[in-house]
Amino acid sequence: MVSSRFARRAFFACTALTLAQLAPASAGEFDGVTVNVMTFTGPQIAEPMQRRAPDFEKLTGAKVNVITVPFSDLYQKLLTDWSSGTNSIDAGVFAPQWMVDYVTPGLLEDLSDRVTKDAAIKQDDIAPFFREFSQKFNGKTYMLTLDGDFHMAYYRTDVAKELGLSAPKTWDDYLAFAAAANGKDMNGDGKPDFGSCISKKRNAQAYWFIYDLVGPMVQAKGTSEGVFFDTADMKPLVNNEAFAEALRLYNETTKFGPPNEINLDVGDTRNLFISGQCALSIDWGDIGSLAIDKEKSKVIDKVGAMITPGSKKVLDRASGKLVDCTADICPYAKDGVNTAPLAAFGGWSGGVNAKADPKVKDAAYAFFSYMSQPEQSNVDVTIGASGFNPYRLSQFQQLDNWTKAGMSEEAAKNYLGAIQDSLNSPNMILDLRIPSNQRYQQIVLDTAVARYLAGEIDIPTTMKTIEDGWNEVTDELGRDDQLAAYKLTIGAK
Amino acid sequence: MREHGSETVSDWLDRHSGRLFVMPAVLLILAFSIFPLVISVWLALSRFKLAAGGYEVRFVWFLNFRKLLLGSEQYHFLGTFIPKSLIGWAAIAITLVLIVRAVLSYVRSGKVSVLGSIGRAISYALFGALVWMLASTIGHGGQLGSLGTTLFYVGCGLAVQFTIGTALAWLCAQKIRGRSFFRVVFFIPLMVTPVGIAYTFRMLADMTVGPFAPLWQMLGFGNFEWATNQWSARLIIMLGESWQWIPFIFIVMLAAFESQPRDEVEAAELDGASAFQIFRDITWPSVAPVAATVALIRLIEAFKIVDLPNVLTSGGPGISTESLTLHSFMQWRALDLGASAAIAYSLLFVSTIVCVSFFNFVVEPARRARQ
Repeated sequence: MVSSRFARRAFFACTALTLAQLAPASAGEFDGVTVNVMTFTGPQIAEPMQRRAPDFEKLTGAKVNVITVPFSDLYQKLLTDWSSGTNSIDAGVFAPQWMVDYVTPGLLEDLSDRVTKDAAIKQDDIAPFFREFSQKFNGKTYMLTLDGDFHMAYYRTDVAKELGLSAPKTWDDYLAFAAAANGKDMNGDGKPDFGSCISKKRNAQAYWFIYDLVGPMVQAKGTSEGVFFDTADMKPLVNNEAFAEALRLYNETTKFGPPNEINLDVGDTRNLFISGQCALSIDWGDIGSLAIDKEKSKVIDKVGAMITPGSKKVLDRASGKLVDCTADICPYAKDGVNTAPLAAFGGWSGGVNAKADPKVKDAAYAFFSYMSQPEQSNVDVTIGASGFNPYRLSQFQQLDNWTKAGMSEEAAKNYLGAIQDSLNSPNMILDLRIPSNQRYQQIVLDTAVARYLAGEIDIPTTMKTIEDGWNEVTDELGRDDQLAAYKLTIGAK
Repeated sequence: MREHGSETVSDWLDRHSGRLFVMPAVLLILAFSIFPLVISVWLALSRFKLAAGGYEVRFVWFLNFRKLLLGSEQYHFLGTFIPKSLIGWAAIAITLVLIVRAVLSYVRSGKVSVLGSIGRAISYALFGALVWMLASTIGHGGQLGSLGTTLFYVGCGLAVQFTIGTALAWLCAQKIRGRSFFRVVFFIPLMVTPVGIAYTFRMLADMTVGPFAPLWQMLGFGNFEWATNQWSARLIIMLGESWQWIPFIFIVMLAAFESQPRDEVEAAELDGASAFQIFRDITWPSVAPVAATVALIRLIEAFKIVDLPNVLTSGGPGISTESLTLHSFMQWRALDLGASAAIAYSLLFVSTIVCVSFFNFVVEPARRARQ
């Protein structure tokens, strides 16, 4: 009798403990607590947080204010608020790429212990790349992934069929496809449409795209080889035949794009693609989920997704020349084509201000955990307007959520398969995560490429400008420190 | 008579009341204008870096300015230099002649002073340097930097705004039907916030789906996108800026036209003077001081242009539409606070000299002529 009563008590105690572990935030736990979260204007990314904040408040009592600023201001606004001691913002949803600049001065809260104790977040379900790279810095978890990001290529399957073309495997194939489709009416409005739409606007989110072309021509021996700098001396890998060819091809794509392509942001190219005006595009995972929007999309079940195109030639780093891929030179190539998917941005992730009030920090963590839990995120990633793309293993395995959202099973398999191809690639390109990476990419690289696309400077000048600019930033911040940070990031020895 | 040393508090207050009343305003200005100005001098001569526990600021003397004028940011700030064309050399020659003429005229005036000489030397040197810079960066292969682009917005923008604003004001000062309606309509753009203006103009200037798209395509420009050409992009931004600021010129000039004495005009009409003669000899001299002042105010404001290029083109194509303020803002956004402050100080230096020169050489003579 005693033992059965003890067993019952033990059972209830265990159940209560399990429930407590599964639910890091409980009703009323954060009554009266307000969390100010900053992210970019969107409407993507802010949308799911704004949509779910009232539910989270009902569950926990914490009020979440989502404050938005333009993308180009986000890095600096958060950093200024936190480093100057203003601390009006309690948490931010931003690029894990910038984490190094926040962690070094001690501005981001170490979330490792919270994550370990939080069973509800189901960390094992998060794809290893996001769990081990995007969320962590120096082995500690500072951010929670809310979105999975990879650059991918999209093409119109109906147009490919009509033209007798298959999905482009190389950038030359991409250009041939774009040239063949350019000028055709692809959405039935009687007007000629465009072969390719790639966002190329300066001071926006376009500065990553050039590395979709540079990557497969510079990195062939795996992620730790790196694509940005020589791991021996931090010399920028930007003044060579591969970079020149990438610039040339990138400029060629503009010929088949909308006349104002160099002034288009990613939101603009996405809208063009889903309105049926583009045969090809390079984007994050967003086009896949936007394409099934019944109200806006004219390309439902007409979209093929694939790993970004590759190259049959790669850079010989000693000579600076392009050489043909062989089994030794390109060990990960398929059919002689070396691919290097770009893990651009690393997925929008939430980080907590280390100087926030302890109760507010707990509430901010609980909110990000709530957003990331499969119950919420597995739905959010299927909504195009959310801006969230798949990052959990269950999101790749369970097709129900996708078919419920309006994607055919075939399209879902194709879309998720393309992301998985990128995610599983041993030759994936990791984001530049060294201190002041903003200055390297968003100032020096972005400005030089924009000037080249505008016809202000030629290819040699563009490469020289980037090389000089990057060297200047490296020397300013300390070459040895930057090299050590770079090697650590990509896992180079 | 009270002896020295027996001053009461009220006496003291009486004697110092002027200073005491001004003190709050002075303290506010010190706190919100002078102090940031001093701090930004320090920033312009330093390098900001994030470090463990916060940040580090290292003093680097004039490194940030050297980068702008002679180093890696020269192309961005001053422009990309090319050999000067014939027109460029002609512009430089004309400028030199004008400067020499102005110097001679000053010397012959008999009012030479040390301060006046220094001021003129700075003005003429800057004027010459700016013309030399423009002559060296405009042309095939050349590229205006943010300083040249700002001067384009200021010079051409002011000319367009002043001409149209004054013309509209003169028309609305005439006895025409519906002039009250036009006065309100012409004034509306000034009531909208600058960012609102920028977004409105972005919609207006969209030549694919905007309201002018059919006209644009009918004129055969369907395949030409203004945002991809550096001069058309600058022109559109300058037009947007003009759309916003013409009402300001309009409203001030309208007040000036309407306040001019009617008796002089009526006397001239009785004497049989033509409308042009009345405008040239009576109306314009009477409104010239106001016109010069309103132009000066616009000149000061025009140097700060940032909303329109930021919203319409983000400074593109390339760096073609980037004003000095936007250039500084972008450096600040990437936390290169030293470079950002150095650009801001360069802007302050140029705009102050240009505006003071304009005041001394245009506004003051106009006022003196009226007196």
